[in-house]
Amino acid sequence: MDFGPHLMLATLEGAVIAAILVLTAMGLSIVFGVMRVVNVAHGEFYMLGAVLAWFVTSFLGGHPAIGFVAAILIAPLLVGLIAAAADQLVLKHIDYDPDRTIVGTIGILFIIQQTTLMTFGPEARPVAAPFNQRLALPWFEFTDNGFEMFWPWGLSITSYKLFVIAAALTVLVALWLFLTRTRIGLIMRATQQDSETAQAFGVPVGLVYSCVFGLGAALAALGAVLVVPIQQAHYLMGADPLLLSFIVVIIGGLGSLPGTVIAAILIGMSDGIISVFFSPTLAKIIATFLVAMVLVFRPQGLLGRTST
Amino acid sequence: MTRFSKADALHLGILAMLVIAFFVLPTYHVGAVSRIMVLAVYAIGLNLLFGYTGLLSLGHAMFFAAGMYGFGLAIKFMAAPVLLAFVLALIAAAALSLVVGLLALRTAGVAFMIVTLMFAQTAYLVVLYFGEFTRGDEGFVLQQAERLLLGFDVTSETGRYFVAFSVFAICFLGFARLVQTPFGKRLIAIRENEERARMLGYDVGRYKLLALIVSGTISGCAGALYALLFGYVGATFASVQYSILPLLWVLLGGAGTTIGPLIGVMFMFYLIDASSAYTNSYMLIAGLVLVLLTMFAPKGIAGILRLRVMPWLP
Repeated sequence: MDFGPHLMLATLEGAVIAAILVLTAMGLSIVFGVMRVVNVAHGEFYMLGAVLAWFVTSFLGGHPAIGFVAAILIAPLLVGLIAAAADQLVLKHIDYDPDRTIVGTIGILFIIQQTTLMTFGPEARPVAAPFNQRLALPWFEFTDNGFEMFWPWGLSITSYKLFVIAAALTVLVALWLFLTRTRIGLIMRATQQDSETAQAFGVPVGLVYSCVFGLGAALAALGAVLVVPIQQAHYLMGADPLLLSFIVVIIGGLGSLPGTVIAAILIGMSDGIISVFFSPTLAKIIATFLVAMVLVFRPQGLLGRTST
Repeated sequence: MTRFSKADALHLGILAMLVIAFFVLPTYHVGAVSRIMVLAVYAIGLNLLFGYTGLLSLGHAMFFAAGMYGFGLAIKFMAAPVLLAFVLALIAAAALSLVVGLLALRTAGVAFMIVTLMFAQTAYLVVLYFGEFTRGDEGFVLQQAERLLLGFDVTSETGRYFVAFSVFAICFLGFARLVQTPFGKRLIAIRENEERARMLGYDVGRYKLLALIVSGTISGCAGALYALLFGYVGATFASVQYSILPLLWVLLGGAGTTIGPLIGVMFMFYLIDASSAYTNSYMLIAGLVLVLLTMFAPKGIAGILRLRVMPWLP
């Protein structure tokens, strides 16, 4: 393949990664924005979504589409409930103290991960995609005969990957409408701006926190259900999304939702493109180090407004 | 001065018990206690930074690994004698802590935790990336012949125990001394109220950097000691897990106490040992203990003892 078609393929792969990352990072960002705590167990909620999707699909059997639709409804809901329960049990008890929350969620991380290892096992397990047609893509080039269209070998995408991108966009729009147009969204934003005043106006802040924590985890789980037909479910799969989500949330400015979306697209696309052309480990080293440096020198994030 | 002599008596009593333990315990536990003492040195390193200065690093594995690889690579590729390799390991850990300190100490609170976590992750990936030299996850073994300390064999059960004991005793007593010095008191002042310490005219930034360098070097010392006594160097020791474990030990034993690290490591070691009869996912136990500690006992065992029974506890 020439460089041009190769780059287009990498860009498409990057768009799929970015679509998943937007959902996962949004979950982390909402939790940080409203509750002002860092959820280190976020990657495990992602992993839990993928594993539950496997359980649901293999339990239902039949056509892959039935299992997939069931999984996309059940897995995020269950993960959201588990997260809300963890919030009520643990985080509420330590009063959302930022330092202790980090240590506590590290504990939750290991509990979820090791419980999955004991029940689900150490194998990676696939989930069948509901539909998976291969779509060849055209490429345009100027030749001696003028502008020509041809179909390079290997330049293709599956219909499922296109669906992932569309689904992520839909969820994002729905989330935006939910936060800006509904009463619950208004209550969440009020809590984010000033939880004490919100409490004084009768907002049940404790309940809002649990819902937000559940919503954040459900978004991660949703991303995982979408990714699991492309990438298999495994009990250690939460580490990379956690790191990438951290990177996105920091670059986008802690707690800024539009910043998160822009950063997720940037990071996802470049991750896809870099790992096609360079060694993935080297790409990760550079990305991790650069983000740490951003946090050191521009703690408000590249797109953030004021420092916190 | 009774308070000081009581504390000194406690420290010397603990060391005496460790010597006696060698002669009365069965072989399996002698091996376990030598490992516990090495890991306790690591916990002491984190305790200085977290327990006394109030800076929570989530990336101490990079200092442990700096010591371990500094030692291991010096022996493997330079055929350095053990003492020289040990000194090189300490220099490597001190240099890394200086660089990390200069960068990471520009942040505070949650940002400091995440920055140290990411630096440690970078260090871990660097170890994997240079797999040609470090052998990555697989690691490499140091031969018995390469591990002669001044002609003294540290691979025997006795040699291992007493080398671990000597280094532990030096770090333990030195640390107990250090936190009583004006330097130690100033670190505690920074932990309690950084603004006030600054108002009183102390150069807070310099003390924090010094604390991080000493802490990182002690952790590196533990890493080198581990490589020397157990003859294995691997990337696992640079992973996130090895940044979390010392935090768990310090929290469990009691952050900001001199005896906390040893108690925490010993308690956790035998808890995992006992649970391994039922399950091999020992990190589940670690996770549970971590959550329960943050919820119900943020002061740890020694912290509770100090609060309830022994207010003089150092």
